[in-house]
Amino acid sequence: MIGVVLALVGEGPTIPDFGRGSDCVRGRGQFCLDWVVDNFGDQLLPRLIEHIELTAIAVSIGFVIAFTAALLAHRYHWVKTPFTAFSAFVYTIPSIALFQLLVAVPGLGLSWTSAEIALVGYTLLILFRNILTGLQEVPRDAIDAAEGMGFTQRQILWRVELPLALPAIMAGLRIATVTTISLATIAAYIGVGGIGQPIFDGIQRGFKTQFVAAGILAVTLALVADGLLVLAQRALAPWVRYGR
Amino acid sequence: MARAERGKATAAEIVFDHVWHHYPGRAVAAIQDLSLTIPAGEICVLIGPSGGGKTTALKMVNRLIPISKGDITIDGRSVQAMDVIELRRGIGYVIQQVGLFPHMRVEDNIATTPRLLGWPDEEIRSRVRELIELVGLDPEEHARTYPSKLSGGQRQRVGLARAMAADPPLMLMDEPFGAIDPITRERLQDDFLRLHQTIRKTVIFVTHDIDEAIKMGDRIAILRPGGLLAHYDTPENILAKPADDFVARFVGADRGLKRLSLRTLREIELLDAPRDAERSDLPSASEGTKVRDALSVMLTSGNPSLLVTDDEGTVRGMVTIDLITALLSTAERSAVS
Repeated sequence: MIGVVLALVGEGPTIPDFGRGSDCVRGRGQFCLDWVVDNFGDQLLPRLIEHIELTAIAVSIGFVIAFTAALLAHRYHWVKTPFTAFSAFVYTIPSIALFQLLVAVPGLGLSWTSAEIALVGYTLLILFRNILTGLQEVPRDAIDAAEGMGFTQRQILWRVELPLALPAIMAGLRIATVTTISLATIAAYIGVGGIGQPIFDGIQRGFKTQFVAAGILAVTLALVADGLLVLAQRALAPWVRYGR
Repeated sequence: MARAERGKATAAEIVFDHVWHHYPGRAVAAIQDLSLTIPAGEICVLIGPSGGGKTTALKMVNRLIPISKGDITIDGRSVQAMDVIELRRGIGYVIQQVGLFPHMRVEDNIATTPRLLGWPDEEIRSRVRELIELVGLDPEEHARTYPSKLSGGQRQRVGLARAMAADPPLMLMDEPFGAIDPITRERLQDDFLRLHQTIRKTVIFVTHDIDEAIKMGDRIAILRPGGLLAHYDTPENILAKPADDFVARFVGADRGLKRLSLRTLREIELLDAPRDAERSDLPSASEGTKVRDALSVMLTSGNPSLLVTDDEGTVRGMVTIDLITALLSTAERSAVS
């Protein structure tokens, strides 16, 4: 436990040194924009990139697993209940507890792998449910017509069912991505970097500017990622009428 | 080259040869010993009360429902001997709910079967344009829209175009106009009949509406509950001489009137009009009027005779209530023989 805390804070709990920097920083101002500008490149940007990596890898792996499981459940109905139960169980574990549990697993420890396993675990329920619901809500008449016209089962899946499930799949990806961006800040707790690190660091040092700036960065990342997925959805599913 | 060959796909003769279908777990067969021959190029309407197995019979042709016993042949080839995917790609299929693909534009919906069959793009493009016009839509306006933007009638027109895209020799139509409002339905029926005059494909058409059956069918097959064939003949003969009480009840007590809607005044032998016909106050109707409507005019005007005019308004002859009565009785006698 102490090891974890040490890893989190870096050099351990020290009296913050505010000797350098502007009046705002030295005077422990509420929010010092000049600090953010000066330190963005070497303190925030690398953490942001780590955060994007953590999220992208977790959502991608989670998607592959959930997609495969959803296809199986679509075909073999009995798959649905056990996979839902499993992913729902993972989803209910408090995140800090799950990170902690994985760290205790021999061979994993304070590693990137531990962080990714936990993050992937949290995406499964949302992605699986959305993909499966999307597949099951494809209009029956379109499938009947396709069958009667001589589509093979595989063609029905790839040319009719999956394209029509796309809006539901994208909705699932949006929720999973935003959730993962939020949860990945906690991954800093086991020392894998990401935006969570300057947040924990700032809190620890009582340096408000740092954790506020990092927090804003995390929220901005979530909004941008969500916006990009909305754009992707509109490009991929132009037949859906959005808004008015 | 390929185009010309495909364009030549003619109609196919369809034979149901002692066909049975048992749904698993049910004691009574859905189709029992159904035998009928549908000549190439004709529209055969399958009709009957619900539970009569008409849709079951239709879906056995493209093997969406398996044949338990007996066989169905298309131009002599057993559907059971063919690869099921190939069989279906060679048959136009239209359903009541249309089943357009919501994620594809109208042009891509219509191009579905030609793409499955691997036609070259250029050929598909020109075929799609041709079909959009053929079913009475505008390529400029409709080709690139999505189905959700179309009205019910327009959707079924696209459904028809999609079914005809690869020029199949046989079309299966399962209550194609059943979900469409009466006015649009009538227009679609008329347009389809006109279209059929030119394409001359064999069509199996399921409906539960006897008036639609009489209007659309070259022949009508009436199925009774349990999938037994009650009567298979031309509309004229079925109306004139129903095979039994079931058929008579099914076609309705007004079957005489229905027969009159099968013919127009142009198709019957008219009486000579009185010399001063032009100046008389007799009601008149054009040659294209259905005999049934002419009778209705006489009854509502309270006048037992009616002048028949051609398109220019010249009097061509006269029809009376007595003449129509005689017409029904002679036709009845000829249908018996």
